[in-house]
Amino acid sequence: MMTSDKIIRVSIWVYLAIFFAYLLGPLLIMSLTAFNSPGFPRATPWECLTFDWFSALFQDERILNGIKNSVLVGIGTIILSVSMGLAGALMLTQIWPKLRATYYTIIIAPILIPGVVIGISTLVFWDRVNRMLGLGADSFLSNGLFLTIIGQSTFIASYCMLVLVARLQRYDMTLTEAALDLGATHAQAFRKVLFPFMMPAIASASVLAFLASFENYNTTTFTFGEYPTLTIELAQKVRYGITPAISALAFMIVILTVFAALFNEANIKRKEMVAEARKDATVGELAGKIEVPGILSRNTPAMLLILLLVVTVSVIGSSFVYSPNQCIADVHEQKRIETELRIQQLRDQRAKDAAEKAAKEGAAPVQKQTAPKAGNNSGFGGVFAPSTLDNSDN
Amino acid sequence: MSAGVGVDLENLWIRFGDFVAVRDANVNIKGGDFFSFLGPSGCGKTTILRAVSGFLEPSEGNVLIGGNNMKGIGPNKRPTALIFQNLALFPLMKVWENITFSMEIAGASARDRRKRADELLDMIALSGQGDKLPSELSGGQRQRVAIARALCAEPDVLLLDEPLSALDLKLRQHMRTELREIQKRVGITFIYITHDQGEALTMSDDIAVMRAGVIDQIGDGKAIYNDPATAFAASFVGENNVFRGKVSKLSGNEALISTNRSGDLLARISTANHGKLKVGDDAMMFIRPEALSLATSGSTGDNFVTAKVTHEEFEGNTFNIFTEGDGGKEIKVSIPNLGQSFDDHTGQPITLEYEASNAVVVPAGELANE
Repeated sequence: MMTSDKIIRVSIWVYLAIFFAYLLGPLLIMSLTAFNSPGFPRATPWECLTFDWFSALFQDERILNGIKNSVLVGIGTIILSVSMGLAGALMLTQIWPKLRATYYTIIIAPILIPGVVIGISTLVFWDRVNRMLGLGADSFLSNGLFLTIIGQSTFIASYCMLVLVARLQRYDMTLTEAALDLGATHAQAFRKVLFPFMMPAIASASVLAFLASFENYNTTTFTFGEYPTLTIELAQKVRYGITPAISALAFMIVILTVFAALFNEANIKRKEMVAEARKDATVGELAGKIEVPGILSRNTPAMLLILLLVVTVSVIGSSFVYSPNQCIADVHEQKRIETELRIQQLRDQRAKDAAEKAAKEGAAPVQKQTAPKAGNNSGFGGVFAPSTLDNSDN
Repeated sequence: MSAGVGVDLENLWIRFGDFVAVRDANVNIKGGDFFSFLGPSGCGKTTILRAVSGFLEPSEGNVLIGGNNMKGIGPNKRPTALIFQNLALFPLMKVWENITFSMEIAGASARDRRKRADELLDMIALSGQGDKLPSELSGGQRQRVAIARALCAEPDVLLLDEPLSALDLKLRQHMRTELREIQKRVGITFIYITHDQGEALTMSDDIAVMRAGVIDQIGDGKAIYNDPATAFAASFVGENNVFRGKVSKLSGNEALISTNRSGDLLARISTANHGKLKVGDDAMMFIRPEALSLATSGSTGDNFVTAKVTHEEFEGNTFNIFTEGDGGKEIKVSIPNLGQSFDDHTGQPITLEYEASNAVVVPAGELANE
């Protein structure tokens, strides 16, 4: 009994280790490459700790422009998708029950349509509209920003709707009726009762929409026009070879994600603590401000967040002081020495081989020493070796 | 008590597709009254309430509040406030914000709202609890907050949709008294929906008994209980022993019923059915368990029933005797517990006696199930 328990426990840990290695391993390796000095991203052999790839990144106009465009598109997508998603979700609860399944299928369909198809159809459709309105190629409708936002929102709105519907299903429709009954207009009931209730879901839907927009490539690639997003710029860069600057960018995104996740966790924990404190609070305390223990006590995510912040700030600070130039020069020098050594070794080896051969074939004087035998080591069975012609004459 | 604003339903029909939820309802509710709609679930009482509050447009007929036709006027413009069955307190707002929601809509300042909330909290005995969230209150406290929120809107008519059904028995009984007191204090018209006859009888000035969309009877508690107009009203309100049979003789407002299994029995015809019964009509006779008493055995006549005791029950305030009359007819007898000694009669034949004025005859009709 004990042993089988132990086996299960161990195998769970092993499984978890493999699982997380699979999930996080690539990110870890990639993060390491951002700090290694070679010009091609690699973690081994480790040469020099360097922060230069980050400054290379910040000097790359195209990457910076891509980030700016991605953020612009992301904000536009949030606004459009969340409002369309909310409208779709509300409609789902209001619609005639018999139509609900059909409506749901229609509204979910964009998720199932390949992004490429959405991209092409967005481009074609709005191009027609643009021409119909008699506008030029650089008009608002076809310069890329609008097209990308519209194209991405086509399916991101469906994601948002799913998130919002989940929350809306927990909404008690009598709350709206109660608001109406107490004199509110429909707009007031929405603003004061339904909207605050939906706020957490709207926040998650916004995050989801931004992330989906930020990472989108296959729709955007048809629609970006004059506004290439980060993914577009990266894809174009990768064609000409990749540098650790891209690893540096990825590393920063990872760190920002960790920050956001920890911040969220710390916030949730804090809310729990407030709720906990409210339970024991006296009437007087409820009226005033609820005393919650300081942010650091009992709030692990907050502690981790602060720790990470301190580490990040100190690393950034030291990066301005630290210079890897000496190390790089040393490595360079070492490499040169190694290379020379290797060349020397090869030469010695060759001389030795030649001497041995001469000693062995000393009895056969016909063979010339200066023409080395190609043997079968070269490609194409040695047909291009100089000695082949000689042999064929025999 | 101020005069208050009356509510009238005129020839009110409400249909959902082919289903008729309310059939030709005509009700005059006097201003300042506590009026209850009593009926089993699904009888259309909540539908009537929604029509009065404005969430539902009647298919035919009119709702008049204070003499004004409410046709086309939305719930937010009617002088009514509804207390929902699930209370529908806004979960994200504090108690005082909940209570003064109607003032917030009207654009009152936070200071005024807070002041009014504190007054109302005093009234419902929840002083100082204004900064809690609804989820931090108990069931009975939430109940009172819902009432305060409705009263804050200063409605002419307060509508209550089974607001006590979620509470436990003790609290429910306490809230009955409290509701009645609040109603007397504020002096506005209360329209109360319930399936609990106890609630309806204890609180109401007048009661409408509803069955499957039809209002069977309107009257005060005593009239409903003692003088039911229909078989449904007689069987739904309170407990009753029912005897089916035919009218065999009429004398003034009394009728002799030849019952199917218990012989000829004499009873009073209920007021609503005076002059409506003829000899030979199918009729139902109702005798309350507490109207029956034990008679000396062997007595015969048209106000005696013979039966055999199957089992007995002690309920605290009463002894309940369950008997089987002739042909297996079940009859329940309740004898008030006044501290007298009480012998076990199980298995014995007994004779039951009643006064004809305590038994009621109505035309045969649908009974309330259970």
